Amino acid sequence: MSVNERLLAWTEVELGVESAVLDVVTTPATVLSTPGADVDPADPRIVRLAADLVATMRVSPGCVGLAAPQVGESVKVFCVDVSQHPKTRDHHGTFVLCNVRVLESSRNEKAREGCMSAPDFTGDVKRASRVVVRGQLPGTGEEVTVEANAFEARALQHEIDHCDGYLFLDRVAGAHAIHARKTYL
Amino acid sequence: MTLHAITLVGHDRPGIIAEATGILGSLGLNLDDSTMTLLRGQFAMTLICDGEASADAIESALQPMTGPLAVTVREVPDERTTSTPATSWVLSVHGGDRPGIVSSVVSRVAGAGGNITDLTTHLKGDLYLLVAEVDLPADADVEALRTALGVVADEFAVGVTLNPVEADEL
Repeated sequence: MSVNERLLAWTEVELGVESAVLDVVTTPATVLSTPGADVDPADPRIVRLAADLVATMRVSPGCVGLAAPQVGESVKVFCVDVSQHPKTRDHHGTFVLCNVRVLESSRNEKAREGCMSAPDFTGDVKRASRVVVRGQLPGTGEEVTVEANAFEARALQHEIDHCDGYLFLDRVAGAHAIHARKTYL
Repeated sequence: MTLHAITLVGHDRPGIIAEATGILGSLGLNLDDSTMTLLRGQFAMTLICDGEASADAIESALQPMTGPLAVTVREVPDERTTSTPATSWVLSVHGGDRPGIVSSVVSRVAGAGGNITDLTTHLKGDLYLLVAEVDLPADADVEALRTALGVVADEFAVGVTLNPVEADEL
């Protein structure tokens, strides 16, 4: 797999805007089941949203990605950063992408996923462990094609699903593939 | 061989399964299929057993467990499902808890000739969640069913998806 050097070099500093931490929306909010609209990556509101998504991801423990519908915005923008996760193989650090489409996917693997927008459950979801996606960088609008594997591939598909109005709850493998998160008092 | 359907539902505590299966074993019953879970913290188990003991004998043997547990025993015919050509699907429904979601969704499945073979539902906070495994007749119009489910999804403001079950042959 080849890492996209442009995406790897990208950081939110390039956005050149202030950022704020946003509230994360949880189910059953309808925005989570609504397909997001394509965006103009150069739109100042989208640039600010990109910065806010990264800021919100950074302050959320264990969060490796956040999509616009999760902060109440029904648009195709998300951020990902799996660089600190133990299941990660190759990665592109922190990045935000707009209008992402999956071009290729292969090597399905099943794993248990959670989501900040469905905090009470986890679910077994089969996803490709290798993907090629294409999207645009916020601000410049540069088109990037990204090969991802392992955990970064899973995170990308999870966030792309959010942008299309799907949760991992829509992808679970069967009736017994949903698990209540256990809290021991 | 006689088959019995046995259910035990009620207050959960450690040791229920050990006790129940001990009693059934002492009657010479063989546990065929069983399932157990906690439903809102309540113990819920269903078993199909085979053996020669009568329903009355099983019921009286399980009598010491009743009280905290509701116990039923019933003889059932040996019905092997006939294998008509079918395709397997997973149906997911999630959204705000409102009366009638389940019946509206599953009636569309039934209308398409679908048979639900496994189903779980969860209610946590405001979120109602249903996941069902569905067999659809091989000639079912899946797109028409998806459209019908989409109408229900809009009506109840819930997310509904129907995805094929993928089984990898190795």
